[in-house]
Amino acid sequence: MAEMTYREAVKQALREELQNDERVLMLGEDIAEFGGTFKVSLGLLEEFGPNRIRNTPLSETAILGAAVGAAATGLRPIAEIMYSDFFAVALDQVVNQAAKMRYMFGGKLSLPLTIRTAMGGRRSAAAQHSQCLEAWFMHIPGLKLAMPSNAYDAKGLLKSAVRDPNPTIIFENKMLYNEKRDVPEEPFFVPWGEAHIVRKGTDVTVVALSDMVGFALKAADRLADEGISLEVIDPRTLMPLDIDTIVESVQKTGRLVVTHEACVTGGVGAEIGSQVAYRAFDYLAAPVERVGAKDSPIPFAPILEREILPDDQDVVDAAYRVMDYSA
Amino acid sequence: MGEEIPKDVALQLYRTMKRIRSFEMAVIELFARGKIPGFLHTYVGEEAVAAGVCAALRPDDWIISTHRGHGHLIAKGGRLDLMMAELYGKQTGYCKGKGGSMHIAEPDLGMLGANAIVGAGTAIINGAALTAQYLGTNQVAVAFFGDGASNTGAFHEAMNMAAVWKLPTIFVCENNAYAESTPQTYHQTIEEIAVRAVGYGMPSASVDGNDAGAVYLAAKEAVARARRGAGPTLVEAKTYRIRGHYEGDPQIYRPKEEVEAWEKKCPVEHWRTVLLDRGISGDTIEEIDSQIDRELKEAVAFAEESPLPSPTEARSDIFTPLPTEMYHG
Repeated sequence: MAEMTYREAVKQALREELQNDERVLMLGEDIAEFGGTFKVSLGLLEEFGPNRIRNTPLSETAILGAAVGAAATGLRPIAEIMYSDFFAVALDQVVNQAAKMRYMFGGKLSLPLTIRTAMGGRRSAAAQHSQCLEAWFMHIPGLKLAMPSNAYDAKGLLKSAVRDPNPTIIFENKMLYNEKRDVPEEPFFVPWGEAHIVRKGTDVTVVALSDMVGFALKAADRLADEGISLEVIDPRTLMPLDIDTIVESVQKTGRLVVTHEACVTGGVGAEIGSQVAYRAFDYLAAPVERVGAKDSPIPFAPILEREILPDDQDVVDAAYRVMDYSA
Repeated sequence: MGEEIPKDVALQLYRTMKRIRSFEMAVIELFARGKIPGFLHTYVGEEAVAAGVCAALRPDDWIISTHRGHGHLIAKGGRLDLMMAELYGKQTGYCKGKGGSMHIAEPDLGMLGANAIVGAGTAIINGAALTAQYLGTNQVAVAFFGDGASNTGAFHEAMNMAAVWKLPTIFVCENNAYAESTPQTYHQTIEEIAVRAVGYGMPSASVDGNDAGAVYLAAKEAVARARRGAGPTLVEAKTYRIRGHYEGDPQIYRPKEEVEAWEKKCPVEHWRTVLLDRGISGDTIEEIDSQIDRELKEAVAFAEESPLPSPTEARSDIFTPLPTEMYHG
């Protein structure tokens, strides 16, 4: 074990996978000498050379298109979309191409393609560099999605993604890159589709995505003093989604709060809430609560951004609502 | 022009074009009879482009196609029976009935699929070219696309990336004068799409797309350039879409006289004349024609007799199963 940052953990996963398989290569904007906007790949150019750590022109469609074509013909590309907001200019390659190619061709090829991107706000990066867009992709059959909430998962999920013969998208959280965690230095994998029960509890199940896991744990600490016990579950991957672990928890607690930084309307919380309501309806003592960003573009001024984005206080409030609910 | 082309290639060009034309005329009729679901975009009149380009390729070279993609698969060696079965939506088709006309593919023949998003293939093909360059296989990769696609962002991003990385990509623009119903004279201010290569520091050629020999020679030069590591080429082939954008298109946007004028420039008939002029006997050509007729009859029978896919297959092939050894090492 070694204490390392989320950033260092991602880099270690990249390094190990580049070492493990010559077919693995990285492509993205400013990822080589510059090390990427978030410095995740800093140093990999010196280690693996420009043929494998490839700077691209500022052309997201060309990046993702080349990654799709390379994956279809025998390489295992890792493409980087600098900010997840930039997916919007190149969605065709993800939605109509990567997600569908194997299916359209009757299973004739595999697409071992990994796309890494940085998501989330809280940096005054304003409306076009702060979004959480995971729900867009969860709606598209043919894609796998992960949202690592800590350094351990960031490494283990990424290593699994690179070995996966399917298109995977990993949303890394900008606010977590500097967070430290004990991470094994030897290679390890986190399988996709296994939720992590981060904290055991008895009164309210809180399903939290990405950095909302940290806020949910803070809320759990605060509510413990009040005698309210939260069980915090991190699904880690949205496709596949380990709904069984969530349902089992709700069958025990009878209450569910789903929280993500993405805005509430049309968010992943709606899907998880709906699946739980369907499978554990008779166990629910209160309506499912969703905690997310207020429906708004993300503002620039810190005081405005704080108003829009959810935090531990919002989770505490939601927990009280489900505890206090009476039919 | 025909004189510069070896006899075996000249015959191959004819045979490929004739296979495409015969297949297309058959599916037009079958579609009208309700045998083929969905919609149908045919390659009638543009056969010389696919035939000419693919004659310059190795079997292991990559191509990617468009929504008008039957001709490209045939030119890359596609089997008419498996194609016909796919268009019928049968289990025995190239894509088990999951892709149909617009997504027909055979990676084993280097054919990365017809693609119904205009322009998308130009970005994907760079990936195949990158694989070839990265692994040092000396393969080349060809994207077919139309004049309409030359206005998409994907095309411009892909041209630039291919040039920057000196990828062995060949961009083949089938300028058939219309983007669906919109004439090229409206949708661009240039006459020759080949000029767009200048902006990317890329060599280009603009050729008569109804002359299989001209297309072949231009493609051959582009392929040679790509194989020696000198980077991509844009080849524009000027041709014409004889049928509507889709079967059933009322074609109110173009005069009949224009279509008739282009029908007189039929690439298949033209090449037959070239062969006869070169002293190839009418019997030899007739024999090719009748072989293709037989092949086509068998293809239709195969499609008719093939089973439909089972509804239980509707959700198979979305994901590749995880390999058991995935987490080792």
